[in-house]
Amino acid sequence: MLSVIVFLPLAAAVALVAVPRVGDTAARALWVAVAAVDLALIAILWARYDSPAAGELAYEERVAWIPGVNSSYHVGVDGLSLPLVAMTAVIFLACAMYALREQHRPRAQAALFLFLQSVSLGLFVAADLILFFVFFDLSIVGMFFVIAGWGHGDRRHSALKFFLYTFLGSLALLVGFIGFYVAADPHTFDMLDLTAAPPLAGRPLLGGLVLAAILLGLAVKTPTVPFHTWLPPAHTDAPAVGSAVLAGVLLKMGTYGFVRIAMPMLPTAWRAWAWVIITVGVVSVIYGALVALAQSNLKRMVAYTSVNHMGYIVLAVGVAGLTAGTAQTRSVAVTGAVTQMVSHGLITAALFLLAGVLRNRAGTYDMREYGGLAAPAPAFATLFAVGAFASLGLPAFSGFIAEFQIFTGSVAAAPVSAIALLGILVTAALFLRALQRVFTGETRGQSVGFTDLRASERWSVGPLLLLSLLIGILPRPLLAVIEPAAHTVVDLVGR
Amino acid sequence: MSLGQVALWSLVALPAGAGALLALTWRADRVAVPVSMAVAALSVGLSLLVAVERPSVAVAFVANAPFGLAVDALAALTLPTLTVVSLLVLLAATGQIRHAQARFHGLMLLFVASVAVTVTATTLPTLLFAWEIMGAASYALIGFWWRDTDRVSAGLTAFLTTRATDLGLYVAAAAALAGGAGLALTDLPAAVTGWRHVIAAGILAAALGKAAQLPVSFWLSRAMAGPSPVSALLHSAAMVAMGGYLLLRVQPLLAATGWAGPVAMWVGALTALLIGAVAVAQRDVKQLLAASTCAQLGFVVMAAGAGTVAGGAAHLVAHAATKALLFLGAGAWLSTLGTQQLAELRGVVGRWRLVGWSATVGALALAGIPPLSLWATKDAVLTGVLRHSPVLYVVGLAASLLSAAYAGKLLMVIWRRPTADRDGDRERAPQRAITRLEQAPLVVLALASASAGVLALPPAAAMLARAVDERDAVSASLLELAASAALAVAVVLLVARRPVPEPRWALRWLGLQNAAHALVARPTVRLADLLARFDDRVLDRAVERVAAASAHAARRAAVLDDRWVDGTVERFAAGMRRLGQLARRPQSGQVHQYYRQAIVVLVVAVVVLVAAG
Repeated sequence: MLSVIVFLPLAAAVALVAVPRVGDTAARALWVAVAAVDLALIAILWARYDSPAAGELAYEERVAWIPGVNSSYHVGVDGLSLPLVAMTAVIFLACAMYALREQHRPRAQAALFLFLQSVSLGLFVAADLILFFVFFDLSIVGMFFVIAGWGHGDRRHSALKFFLYTFLGSLALLVGFIGFYVAADPHTFDMLDLTAAPPLAGRPLLGGLVLAAILLGLAVKTPTVPFHTWLPPAHTDAPAVGSAVLAGVLLKMGTYGFVRIAMPMLPTAWRAWAWVIITVGVVSVIYGALVALAQSNLKRMVAYTSVNHMGYIVLAVGVAGLTAGTAQTRSVAVTGAVTQMVSHGLITAALFLLAGVLRNRAGTYDMREYGGLAAPAPAFATLFAVGAFASLGLPAFSGFIAEFQIFTGSVAAAPVSAIALLGILVTAALFLRALQRVFTGETRGQSVGFTDLRASERWSVGPLLLLSLLIGILPRPLLAVIEPAAHTVVDLVGR
Repeated sequence: MSLGQVALWSLVALPAGAGALLALTWRADRVAVPVSMAVAALSVGLSLLVAVERPSVAVAFVANAPFGLAVDALAALTLPTLTVVSLLVLLAATGQIRHAQARFHGLMLLFVASVAVTVTATTLPTLLFAWEIMGAASYALIGFWWRDTDRVSAGLTAFLTTRATDLGLYVAAAAALAGGAGLALTDLPAAVTGWRHVIAAGILAAALGKAAQLPVSFWLSRAMAGPSPVSALLHSAAMVAMGGYLLLRVQPLLAATGWAGPVAMWVGALTALLIGAVAVAQRDVKQLLAASTCAQLGFVVMAAGAGTVAGGAAHLVAHAATKALLFLGAGAWLSTLGTQQLAELRGVVGRWRLVGWSATVGALALAGIPPLSLWATKDAVLTGVLRHSPVLYVVGLAASLLSAAYAGKLLMVIWRRPTADRDGDRERAPQRAITRLEQAPLVVLALASASAGVLALPPAAAMLARAVDERDAVSASLLELAASAALAVAVVLLVARRPVPEPRWALRWLGLQNAAHALVARPTVRLADLLARFDDRVLDRAVERVAAASAHAARRAAVLDDRWVDGTVERFAAGMRRLGQLARRPQSGQVHQYYRQAIVVLVVAVVVLVAAG
């Protein structure tokens, strides 16, 4: 079942490439259909899901792959990965809807995104480090082609920068993985085995080095300050759907790595480095928010808010390594972190898709060129306002559920992290300022004659925000899946 | 699920659902008013039902804290006030809001739902949930006329200022989690001592911010950019009132800390006094009413600090009716006359009698003239304060005299006969009629404003005190009541005789907004610009430089590779070729040369052998 979900989009992608006679319209329709079927399969998966016991995975599949180094095709889901798997499918479906009007090589685009979907799903279900690494790198390759092929502006430079920067990060990650392999006895790349018996528990120096390598790799991908500078140009020059996937899905690969690999497999080192991680988190929160406040390019602004939002996650997972506070407060923080991954994915994908509308209609993201846009484009204004409030953590949206838990858990365990609360104040300021600049006042500049949202745009963005609203009002179904897994992670770090 | 529980859920879900739908479907203008009226009317019924039934409900929400709602005595008093005022305000708004009615009524209903949750919340996450939605709805309502950037930015100021203080609730929730007593509001006083102080400080900050107390009162002044019906609801029975309400609700926590009560009393008293003076100086009607709201909420805050929960609640209800009345009345005149200036309202009572008389009742109540409501409720609060500190009592009394002064100022203008001999005093021509629908709510509110004082007078006062579990409640003595009444009448008469002073510092709201702008907003924006430049010019450039340096190094390596590595190989090869050529030389093919070579080799061999031997 899990493998079907992972490889169905890839099969469709291969079919699209192999059968050149498929027309553009058919390619677009196939993309939407495959994404929808994949999502439906995941819904079934979720409905039949039972939280696995600690140290186990649900829907586990294991096939020998490279037996020489004890690496296998090993997949499965738990409370950390299932929400991300579902979120990935939702975002890709939204992108497929949004791209229904794409004119530039739609068949190739559909194939590339279906490939990316398989890669992303594969990464979240991977239970083997080599498998994880392969998907991690393939995602970088796929996104490189998305930016270089369908982007705009200085897209080649941005794409190359993105590729080289994150690829270098992935090499650091590989070094860390090899460190695990060498230290484990017997040598293995299997995540469950490495989690059950952390190989570097008794060797603080080596453990610290391996953690440093892995943190570096994940910090680049997440990204955290100061490794974030590839993100703004990549987003600015990427197409709307590319940005949505990049921010919604690809960034989560970094944060997911923290809870899936770094924390459970290096508990001793994680605890030793907890304050460093917390500091990086808090700095990312404040720095990302402030730099976003200074932007006049809407897409760059949203990109920097991603740095800020990822900072909350880093803060929360850092707190999990503290010995202060109770295990309960720490698991509240980790639950919040995983919720934030889902929430940020949905909301930021929606915001990037909406930002794409600006470029599509008027050719610029510069907020100074607009004004009073609410008059010609009321639907656009409404959805953007909803997205902005969701992103600034307004209750009734998923962001609040995530951030409330992150803050209560973090501040309870490490009171100094209350500084990060200023982040939600600055994000409120920057989103409201953006709303004011673009949508209110006299209709002027590029706003004149602006066409409101089309059906495909409405139906891609609307459901994302609706889902965020649903989670914000009825968080239990999601939290019930995440909470046991978060407890397990906190227990594993506390060993 | 009992009937009461269903009613409680409906009281929240009905306005929330209807409001969200109306606000998001911008083509629903035609049905907006009927839907909104029906929902608001139904809410009144539901609120009365839950006030009697006192239900409580809870569903699982975040870890360790359910989404819980309950109606206790305090909520049973506040909820009907909220729903009735909302209904009346929405009714009156039909005259003043003619465009984008769906958005207006939708946002108002959303707002009402969030206030209903705030009033009944039993846990901190529930409270924070509603608290922030209330702020967001108020942002959208203040900036309702979004074509004026000024109004939108007033909403922004209001939202950011209140959110800044809302952070206190996040900290309080964290402290409650760490404090071990749980996130339920009633459990907070049981938290570990250190954390209990943090909880109290956080809640105090959030409540004072929402109640527009010093030093953040300025946001309420900006909030007057919104439509008058918005002010009539947000700044009477809800939003601002919720700041005071929250303190009344967590009064046991404030008392348990020892310091929070006195702090609340002082902040409330100083706000009542200083912003009272600000109100006296205003020349703009809505600014006067806004300042008066801050000042009156100061009494509620004082009540919470002093532990006079019943008195504070009575003052809250009486003020809600009075201020809604005044905002609606002023709004009707202002939108009819197309002005904001107090002076332009000269003699309006004579032209619109019903509105005029209602507003007069409101202003007299605000002045503290007996037997109208605020006279009794304010004295109930002050009596409670007197138990703690005579100094604070004097400050409070002075503040109540200021309220007589600004109410008197308002009365004098609306009753003074227009003198037709100067151009500036000529009556403004009305731009539209004030509809019956606008006038009816004023009468109801005037009746409430006149009579709500019974809540603070025997025997209702004692019943209310028992209902809200207030220990050793005291009620104002006859002497205190008589003295304050006499003083209020004296001040009003004095104001009638001679104009009140309007010092610049008071006219400008103590320069609070400028201070906030200069001390917080501008430095933040400057820091943001600085960091953005750092990000571009230092961090990003460093990365680009590393990349450029790598490319450069690669080119150097290529040169090195060409010239030295490959060059060495080539030179070695060339050397070998040369050696080969040298080695080929002897092979000439001529026999005599070979003989000569053989002889040379032989001779050399012999010489070597001899020498070696």
